Amino acid sequence: MPSKSPAPFSLKLTTLAVILFLHCPFLIIVLYMFTSEERAFTFPPPGLTVEWFAVTWARSDVWRALGLSLRVASLATLVALLLGTLAAAAVYRAKFFGRDAVSLLLVLPIALPGIVTGIALRSAMGLLEIPFSFWTIIIGHATFCVVVVYNNVLARFRRSGRSQIEASMDLGANGFQTLRHIILPEIATALLAGGMLAFALSFDEVIVTTFTAGQQQTLPIWIFSELTRPRQRPVTNIVAVLVIAITTVPILLAYYFTKDTSETAGMGK
Amino acid sequence: MQTTKPSSVPTESKPANSLWQRLSTYLYLRPRLLLALLLGPPLVAFVLFYIGSLAALLVQSFFSLDSFTGLVVKEFTLDTYRQLFTPANMDIVVRTVTMAAVVTLTTAILAFPVAYYSVRFAPPRLRPWLYLAVLLPLWSSYLVRVYAWRLILAKEGIISWVSNLAGLNWLLDGLLSLPVIGGPSLTVSWLGMYVVFVYVWLPYMVLPVYAALERVPTSLLEASSDLGGRPGHTFRWVTLPLAFPGVVAGSIFTFSLTLGDFIVPSALGNSSFFIGQAVLSHQGTSGNVPLAAAFTMIPIVIMALYLTVARKLGAFDAL
Repeated sequence: MPSKSPAPFSLKLTTLAVILFLHCPFLIIVLYMFTSEERAFTFPPPGLTVEWFAVTWARSDVWRALGLSLRVASLATLVALLLGTLAAAAVYRAKFFGRDAVSLLLVLPIALPGIVTGIALRSAMGLLEIPFSFWTIIIGHATFCVVVVYNNVLARFRRSGRSQIEASMDLGANGFQTLRHIILPEIATALLAGGMLAFALSFDEVIVTTFTAGQQQTLPIWIFSELTRPRQRPVTNIVAVLVIAITTVPILLAYYFTKDTSETAGMGK
Repeated sequence: MQTTKPSSVPTESKPANSLWQRLSTYLYLRPRLLLALLLGPPLVAFVLFYIGSLAALLVQSFFSLDSFTGLVVKEFTLDTYRQLFTPANMDIVVRTVTMAAVVTLTTAILAFPVAYYSVRFAPPRLRPWLYLAVLLPLWSSYLVRVYAWRLILAKEGIISWVSNLAGLNWLLDGLLSLPVIGGPSLTVSWLGMYVVFVYVWLPYMVLPVYAALERVPTSLLEASSDLGGRPGHTFRWVTLPLAFPGVVAGSIFTFSLTLGDFIVPSALGNSSFFIGQAVLSHQGTSGNVPLAAAFTMIPIVIMALYLTVARKLGAFDAL
């Protein structure tokens, strides 16, 4: 509902202030990557240095956490892509009893507070005496990533309609040819966008992971532990900027892949 | 006439009896089987891992911890719930819910102008940038954004520096000396925690409001002004009611996220717990998973009530 009249000045100013409020803190993190001070965050920093990059590079705990996070996010994304697409196809294809319940079930892990999923998985592990492992982290992450792919793919299915699929079948293609030549190209960017968002979501997750990781440290868990027991604080800043970079790129790509369509990725989390 | 060119029929038509063709036909004739094949894997995974876990959570909440051995006694008891409903724990619940409500209200107030400007006034070239400016912080680096505020609010940090420079120390000290919300410094006060909660959840409010405003038909606004409604009047009686379900939809996120968060309270709070911290510490250091499970029932029940009300207010159509 665009208006033809210009915006009131106060509205412009409020918007600008809120957008700045949302983004300025990032600059602070960047600034403190270079501070020469190890234990405090004096402003302005007493001196600037680049030595922390070398220190970070040499820290094996950072590399281990980064490796684990990348592996977890990649695998959780793959699982989410598979399960989310299957569920979206089923819900789009057929009307069946309990169809709304499926949507609700998939969205529940992110509609309920994160600790609920976390402590629920933890309870199940306690009851069945399952030890913490890489796979317990994956299960937790996949649980809340599926809905992201599901939403993106379902929206794409609804938008593209059935006529191309029907045309393909009419022209004699079988179901698998239609899947390969019509359906997959049609949903490709939605899959990419959903996958990218799922990756960012997983890479950044800390609440559920806290309950399912045990002693393993993903990068966010590493940051969280540095938050409560800091040592070499600028290292934490460098890792923080790394996390921003690793999560921002996929989100920008997801946005780019879907920006010309009506269902821009990321509207609903 | 020359020899007729062989008509180039689609080369991909395979023999009709190929394996794929037969499988395809087989499935086509059995839509229920196909549906089961599609729906089966996600449904089984979710029922097994998610619903199963929620059931385990419920079951655990009726077990108890043997205080001598430190082991979970797997027998039905209401003792754990008796432990839960103590004044100290109810304080935690009231504290968390109050924080969630205040944070939700503040995000709504801050989000509305941004969404309204973006949808109604922003030049077309600016709109995608505004959208991205809200989208990025929503999806990325939640923990990093909390961390940033540790640096900003620190005693020797930028806020103190600015207030010192601007001669506003009396204001900062005054705020910090307030009972309940104040504290020795912004990093260990509810005031600081409140600012950070608003900061991290704000994008979750902006996007649903944005979406709701985008759906307001221009024709309704024109009708209102044709009928003599001044801009303020139109805003109050047409735009605002139509955008309200978007606000409620956003509030589901801001409320639920604050309710279950333990990162912000542990990074910035003082020693009094919030629900998330209580759950974390019961399952972690004291190993009392039953009590943690029982504690989690509180946010579940609160969110169930909240979602029921939100649905009545039309929030689900705005999601």
